[in-house]
Amino acid sequence: MMRAVLPYPLLSLGLLVMWLLLNGFSLGHLVLGSIIALLAAKAMTPLEPAKPRIRSWWPLLHLLRIVAGDIVRSNIAVAQLVLDRSHRERVSGFVTIPVDLKDRTALTVLAVIITSTPGTAWVEYHSAAGLMMIHVLDLRDEQEWIDLIKNRYERLLMEAFE
Amino acid sequence: MSIAAADFPLWAAILVALFLLIGSSLTFLGALGLLRFKSFYERIHLPTLGTSWGTGGILVASMIFFSVTQSRPVVHEILIAIFVTVTTPVSLMLLARAALYRDRTEGNDTVPPMAPDTPKPEPIVHD
Repeated sequence: MMRAVLPYPLLSLGLLVMWLLLNGFSLGHLVLGSIIALLAAKAMTPLEPAKPRIRSWWPLLHLLRIVAGDIVRSNIAVAQLVLDRSHRERVSGFVTIPVDLKDRTALTVLAVIITSTPGTAWVEYHSAAGLMMIHVLDLRDEQEWIDLIKNRYERLLMEAFE
Repeated sequence: MSIAAADFPLWAAILVALFLLIGSSLTFLGALGLLRFKSFYERIHLPTLGTSWGTGGILVASMIFFSVTQSRPVVHEILIAIFVTVTTPVSLMLLARAALYRDRTEGNDTVPPMAPDTPKPEPIVHD
């Protein structure tokens, strides 16, 4: 019964929140937004989108906090690189990192984190070998980046999704 | 109820200006770096300055300004931040992977080969 009315609860909730943010909160918009959120989720059902299985929310909140700080730091770091007039020898390069994550949503979150952090860009993922390749703008130590991704982000994503 | 621009409180004006400056400077530095850096893969990092705190700073400034002038919390800018963050990787990966594919088919040594046990991309042969 629950399943028939609310096939994708997270999607519906997201749509409702978006509707309320755009139109301002009022009882009328709450009702209208709920109806639209339910109908839209129903319309999604034939497409059978993969349902994220989130085991626990705490690691995600923790991750959000870490990532927010990292993004600020790397914004400053990359801005300094642009302004650096000394023409110091800066090496950029590719780093291949073994990832144990298999869950698609978790990988998507990881891709968003790596890409929205200036200075690193997700370039390739090889699902059979479990390898991903990122490009790093200021590459000093490959192992440092592998450790960073594995210990800082992947561990928390594992706890949240797998 | 709304506040006329002349009555805008000083503390809010300073905050708005600060965040606007942060956001626009970062976006500008990103654009500057896009010009100054040499290789494609280096350049791909620069627009993320604009899409992370570049946009972020301007959006925070907008939230403060309109929340103060309209005397109610205005937070729909969060949606812009979410959508920009979620869509950036899509275009960035498309560009990076297209470049990577081209470099590999051309036999460019500066890019690493594909993961082990995968067939190399065949060079395109026109009949």
